[in-house]
Amino acid sequence: MAVGGAAALAALGWLGFTPIERVPAKAAREEIFEIPQGTWARRMSGDKVGILPDEIRLTLGIRDILVLRNQDDVPQIFGPTLMMPGQTFRLPFAQASEYQFACTAHASGQMTVIVAPYPATPWARVEWRVRELIRELG
Amino acid sequence: MKSRLAIAALLSLLFAAAAAGAAAPELKAGVFSPPRQAPDFSLDGSDGRALRLSRFKGKVVLLGFGFTWCPSVCPTTLATLAQARRKLGSAAADVQIVYITVDPERDKAQRMKEYLAAFDPTFVGGTGTGERLAAVRKDYGVFAQKKGQGKDYQVAHSSFTYLIDRSGSLRALMPYGHGPDDYVHDLRILLNE
Repeated sequence: MAVGGAAALAALGWLGFTPIERVPAKAAREEIFEIPQGTWARRMSGDKVGILPDEIRLTLGIRDILVLRNQDDVPQIFGPTLMMPGQTFRLPFAQASEYQFACTAHASGQMTVIVAPYPATPWARVEWRVRELIRELG
Repeated sequence: MKSRLAIAALLSLLFAAAAAGAAAPELKAGVFSPPRQAPDFSLDGSDGRALRLSRFKGKVVLLGFGFTWCPSVCPTTLATLAQARRKLGSAAADVQIVYITVDPERDKAQRMKEYLAAFDPTFVGGTGTGERLAAVRKDYGVFAQKKGQGKDYQVAHSSFTYLIDRSGSLRALMPYGHGPDDYVHDLRILLNE
C-alpha cells in the first residue's frame, strides 16, 4: 500500500516537475484540420460530416498555430472564413485567451478556440500532460 | 572561365534565394495560402462616391464589416484601426480602411460618414440594399444575423478584419482582439512589398 502511494507520488512529481520544452519549430506547433475532398458531395447526399470540433484547445509555445485546409473541390466556410479549394489558412496565436468565431459549419454557429498559457507551474504541467495523454489515446 | 562564372552566378542565386526565404517576415494575422483576388463590389460610399474595392488599388486595404449601432466590437475595432493609422505616420497615406455595414436599415451613407469620421475622417463606409450587402458578405464568408425586435435590435456578425495588399489580393484575416501594434506590424510588411 505504502509502496503504491510512493509510486503515485513519484509519478505525480515527475509529471509536475519535469519541464515541458517549448517547441521552436513552427511546423511542430501547428494544429491542423482539413476538409477532405468529397465532403461537399457527402453533405449533399445527406451525410452529416463533422470536421471541426466545437472547441479547439491550443497551448502557447507548444501548439499555438491553427491551420485549416480546404482540400474539397468547392469553396467552404471553414472556421472563421470562406476558403477556396486548395487554400490553407494559418492563424498564429500570441495571447492566451478564449476566442469565439462565428462558424456556419457548426450547429451552434460558433467555434471556440481556447489558447492556454504555457504550462509554467507544476500543476499546470500535470494538467497539460494528462490532457495530452487523453488526446493521444482518444 | 565560363564554368567558374556559371558556378559563381548559381551560388549568388542560391544565396539570394536563401536570404529572401530567411528574411520573409511573418504576419500576426491569419494568412491565406495561396492568396486569392479579393472580390470586388459596388456599394454606396459614405463619401458620396460609388464604393468599389478597385478604387483603392495600389493601397493596402483593411476591410471590416459592422454597424454604427454596435455597442462594443465595432467601436473597439475602429478605434484600433484609427490608432494603427496614426502610429504609421506618413505611411498611412497608403492605407485605406473600408467598413461595410451589416445593418442597411439604419446605416445610410450620411450616418456612416458621421460615425466613421469620429474615428478617422479617411475611413470610408459602404452601404446599399440588403441584397447587395448580402452578396458582398457571401463573397467574403461574413456572417450577420439580426437579433431582437423593435428599433433597438442588434446584429450579430463576424468581427474580423481582412488585409488586402496593394495588388488587390486577399492576404490575411486579423481576428478581433488584436491591438494597434499588431496591425502596424502587418501593415508595414504589406506596404513594403
